[in-house]
Amino acid sequence: MTLDRKIGLSIFDRMLMIRHFEEAVIRLYKDGHFASHYHIYIGQEATGAAVLEALSDKDLICTTHRNHGHIIGRGCDPNRAMAEILGRATGFNGGRSGTLHLSDPSRGFLSTSAVVGGCPGLATGAAYGIKTKKEPRVAVGFFGDGALEEGLVIESFNIAALWKLPVVYVCENNASGAMGATQGGYPSATTATDSFTRLPAAYGIHCLKVDGTDMTAVHTAAVEAVQRCRAGNGPVFIEAFTMRWPGSSPLWPELATVTDLEEAWDPSRIKGPYAEWLRNHDPLLRAARELSSAGHASRDDIMARDKAARDRIAEACEFAIASPMPDPATVGQHVFA
Amino acid sequence: MHNARSLTYRAAVLEALVGEMRRDDAVIMLGEDIGAAGGVFKQTDGLFTEFGAGRIIDTPISESGAFGIAVGAAMAGQRPVFEVMFGDFITLIMDQLVNQAAKLNYMSAGQFKVPLVVRTAVGIGGNLGPQHSQSLHAWSSHIPGLKVVMPSTPVDAKNLMVAAIRDDNPVLFFEDRMLYNLRGDVPEGDYLVPIGSADVKREGSDVTIIATSRMVHTALAAADLLVKDGISAEVVDPRSLVPLDIATLVTSVKKTSRAIVVDGGYQQYGVTGEIAATIAEHAFDHLDAPVIRFGSADVPIPFSRTLESLMLPDAGNLAQAAAAMVRGR
Repeated sequence: MTLDRKIGLSIFDRMLMIRHFEEAVIRLYKDGHFASHYHIYIGQEATGAAVLEALSDKDLICTTHRNHGHIIGRGCDPNRAMAEILGRATGFNGGRSGTLHLSDPSRGFLSTSAVVGGCPGLATGAAYGIKTKKEPRVAVGFFGDGALEEGLVIESFNIAALWKLPVVYVCENNASGAMGATQGGYPSATTATDSFTRLPAAYGIHCLKVDGTDMTAVHTAAVEAVQRCRAGNGPVFIEAFTMRWPGSSPLWPELATVTDLEEAWDPSRIKGPYAEWLRNHDPLLRAARELSSAGHASRDDIMARDKAARDRIAEACEFAIASPMPDPATVGQHVFA
Repeated sequence: MHNARSLTYRAAVLEALVGEMRRDDAVIMLGEDIGAAGGVFKQTDGLFTEFGAGRIIDTPISESGAFGIAVGAAMAGQRPVFEVMFGDFITLIMDQLVNQAAKLNYMSAGQFKVPLVVRTAVGIGGNLGPQHSQSLHAWSSHIPGLKVVMPSTPVDAKNLMVAAIRDDNPVLFFEDRMLYNLRGDVPEGDYLVPIGSADVKREGSDVTIIATSRMVHTALAAADLLVKDGISAEVVDPRSLVPLDIATLVTSVKKTSRAIVVDGGYQQYGVTGEIAATIAEHAFDHLDAPVIRFGSADVPIPFSRTLESLMLPDAGNLAQAAAAMVRGR
């Protein structure tokens, strides 16, 4: 592992927080603590955590409906994130947005758009604002592969390239391993291109392809992208490939696998119908193995970090459940600024 | 006589689609996840098996482009039923709808027809937040050249879908997703409800409640509550917003001398205002009280259930308003 020890462990801590947060979200839903449709980030932790590690506190971020991982990976308060998902008054958005639109401007989160393709336009606009004010910041837009089917995204690429805007487009391609229509799931990757990078490349946008479960590769690409943007060289497109977590294949998320980091050292513990995913595609187990073999962390250190993340998320759940619902008298607040 | 069976709203619309696709090879469907997956609300279940990928067409997540294709296909002789997964996303097809589909017949002096249906699910109440809960039917109702229907019952849903597919104009078909499991008697066979005909869902003499889509059921529940107060409420469902059956609405209001208008879309510049103004134009001298309106609160639909539940009136709100109106207070 070429990654610096401190950076590697920081990315890993972000990944642990995301993973335990998401497992908790599914449990809270199953226990009836909220009712809504929601999307889970498990399987993509190395992408979000490593990109966010490469950013400064001043950078701006837009994301998509699969947003929990980006919020938690950025270091936003998990108490308030979980409270928002439960529709509580103490949530980031006062219960108005719920799971689909979590945002935290204090940490540079402009928006979460649940309309597919909505986020890249906003990220491009944020980059325009940054460039106009000559600030040393970048804007980052996270979105899935489906967003590239929307015209708005292609239009955004053209404008960003034309005006050399400091925006990093992070396409999280999680199409592999999705059930697909023939297995009773939903069609995915309904695109005629054999490579998504051909689209931004047609406008001269610098493109990078990485394994989205490899935190070192993602971090290296993100650092390069951010440096290019800060140097005024215009937008960068990163495509990060991940294998769909089995729990995200059905229309409603299922807790298909449960995290057990001992599996990183003892593969014989890996069992069940999704053993192949755990063995070959789980970014968290991969990161634990890599940190351990690089000598960056002992097994005990890794397990202690895992416990700390679990405890922190348990606290967030308690906070959210104990929080009050919004006061009906406040419903009309914030329609206008 | 038609033989009636009990069907859900979802099944009634599906029966109309199956019947029309068997009857006319020109009928095709386009939308996201409508094929083998059967739709996110199971509203196209089984169509792919019977009609195949050539007629049940899964589009990319490209609403604007895919709807443009539907408009072009309609001009070339197909009869597309285009599904927009959430009613909020009709914003994504608006240019092709408003500037192309709605005007092509007029701009070509009748030489081009655009026989297509836009089908979409709307309705507050699913804890889906501000971008997945809106009812934007007033938008399309504003545009000349577009017909708009909003059935409230399984039988109306089936028959208006048949009428919409056979119509030679663009027709928007708004379904409240909270009605999908509602059951009701649906006669077998063709039983056309013409677009532009309202229906008196309950007769009464003291006050007319004009309600659309799911709000019809809220109005009927309010009418039940009002019986205890000795008040007889008539419930009228316009069923079509464009064209609007003004005669049926006005006849009822002239009979009862009082009108309450209820709709699930935002109240400002919406359906309730249009209908209230229509009543004022045609029945002002018959009114004993100002028309009362109930729409959705003019607030983005909030996620949290304690806030979302405030967006629409319930039967108690309607009954209270009706009782005060009848008693002259």
